[in-house]
Amino acid sequence: MTDTATVPAIGPPAGLAFRRFRDRIVEGFLLAAALVAVFTTLAIVVVLVRESLPFFEHVSLGEFLTDTMWTPLFAEARYGILPLVAGTLVTTLVALAVAIPAGTIIAIYLSEFAPYRLREIIKPALELLGAVPTVVYGYFALMMVTPFLQKLIPGLPGFNMLSAGLVIGIMIIPYVASVSEDAMRAVPNYMREGSYAMGATRFQTATRVVVPGALSGIAAAYILGISRAVGETMVVAVAAGLQPNLTWDPTEPAATITAFIVQVSLGDLPHDSIGYQSIFAAGLVLLVMTLVFNIAGFTLTRRFRQAY
Amino acid sequence: MQATTSAESISRIRADVNRRKVLDQLFVMLGLLVMFSALLMLAVLFIDLVREGAPRLNLDFLGSFPSRKPERAGILSAWVGTSLIMLTTAAITMPIGVAAAIYLEEYAPKNWVTAIIEINVTNLAGVPSIIYGLLALGLFVYQFNLGQSILTAGLTLSLLILPIVIVATREALRAVPRPIREAAYALGATRWEVTAHHVLPYSMGGILTGMIIGLSRAIGETAPLITIGALSFIAFLPQSPFTAEFPFVSFTWLKDSYTAMPIQMFNWVSRPDPEFQVNAAAAGAILLGMTLLMNGIAIWLRYRFRKRINW
Repeated sequence: MTDTATVPAIGPPAGLAFRRFRDRIVEGFLLAAALVAVFTTLAIVVVLVRESLPFFEHVSLGEFLTDTMWTPLFAEARYGILPLVAGTLVTTLVALAVAIPAGTIIAIYLSEFAPYRLREIIKPALELLGAVPTVVYGYFALMMVTPFLQKLIPGLPGFNMLSAGLVIGIMIIPYVASVSEDAMRAVPNYMREGSYAMGATRFQTATRVVVPGALSGIAAAYILGISRAVGETMVVAVAAGLQPNLTWDPTEPAATITAFIVQVSLGDLPHDSIGYQSIFAAGLVLLVMTLVFNIAGFTLTRRFRQAY
Repeated sequence: MQATTSAESISRIRADVNRRKVLDQLFVMLGLLVMFSALLMLAVLFIDLVREGAPRLNLDFLGSFPSRKPERAGILSAWVGTSLIMLTTAAITMPIGVAAAIYLEEYAPKNWVTAIIEINVTNLAGVPSIIYGLLALGLFVYQFNLGQSILTAGLTLSLLILPIVIVATREALRAVPRPIREAAYALGATRWEVTAHHVLPYSMGGILTGMIIGLSRAIGETAPLITIGALSFIAFLPQSPFTAEFPFVSFTWLKDSYTAMPIQMFNWVSRPDPEFQVNAAAAGAILLGMTLLMNGIAIWLRYRFRKRINW
């Protein structure tokens, strides 16, 4: 009789029902946290569209996309986004002229030439370039790069897209370099070995085997760099000036989409004014531009990850 | 006749090989040159900020409020504001970011919901920070009526760094080998017990590193704070989080208005008076110093944890 009492009961361990119940609850919380990302995206789209609707009731889409003047804060307001888009594209192109060659050379060097130890030190050091607060880069562009450029180009105005673009270029070097390097290192070693066996040098292997093999990844790196440069705000707000100016000349001052948003936010326009609503319309254009670049970039990265 | 041509062609091949090897050497030099000029730029920037800001880099600067007189202006309200915003951001981001990463890495079934979450996380990482500012303006400031408060700033920066923290945490979780999970399951642990008792403790180092990287990004963000209307002239401090009476902590500061280091610096940079540029440089040197320090700690932690762990 007493024996049966000392033998432990066979069956589910104590509290299993509670532990399973607790697991369900926890899973619910974790899923909710993960869904924050989805809600953030939805909220971005909803807010930008809803807040810019009153703007588009006042300004036709045709005027918005084709007018060559952007003066929503003036008495005689004109609402053509083109000057801001042009400013954004010019600073982006200048930035790419720095970041693409520098980033690609660094990526090739790190992936194909650098000894292991040097790479381990240089990679985190380069990441620091992307970690510098953008307002500090703005100061750098305005107070150091512009005076230096003024010695080379006489008559260069104090605010200009050239110095802002150059500094953005330095800022996005790490993005371009690290994504391109990932792509190059994804090229399998047997392809390099095949090339060496044919008598090719490292440089030949890098330029004729590795770079072509990693091309879609390198393209993705460039596109992600473009997306960064398009969305960069503080450097242009500080160093490129705040006047909308439809020009392709980088030595002139001009506002970008982001600089315009900053300019309006700094003033104290009433919430329901058209000038105020215009920043959401400008933000919508910016979001669409970066979204297109990001989707293209991610599609390409996925391709290079699957290639081998 | 035959011998001379083959000797000639051999020497020609040698010359060609040498030429190509020289090209190799030239590229190595080019690579090092580009790399070190990029790093040199960072050094020049930091040194110049310290040199230009030297007259203001003292304790008075840290202990004074902004002022119309440049030589008396300081960053007291800015660094207090930044500290409180960072505290809020960390408190919001840490649980949500880690939980989201745990879900995606340990729980998520392969279905369309997971796919959508993954796409959103990757996509959010590429959204410009000023867009987050517009989102916060429409959502937190006007919809939820949180005003231009520290809470609004903390929420905004949390959303901004969430993708960074999620990605870093997922990497840390993925680094824990499967057998550790399987051993725990074999002993009858539930999924949450496996995660909380085994996977999380092992990946704490990586999670911490990701958190620091995320916060170092948030500390320098200026554009979203300007969009949600951070004021730059604040000559008072938010209410203290500590009180004399029970329960000794208070959260009224969450609703206070604020200024932050990058905002203060931007305000000084955009003034024409060169005296204010000295202040801007000093604030920039401190801001850059803090960012570099945080990144340095993250790099060091990553290195330590990688070295210490032997599975």
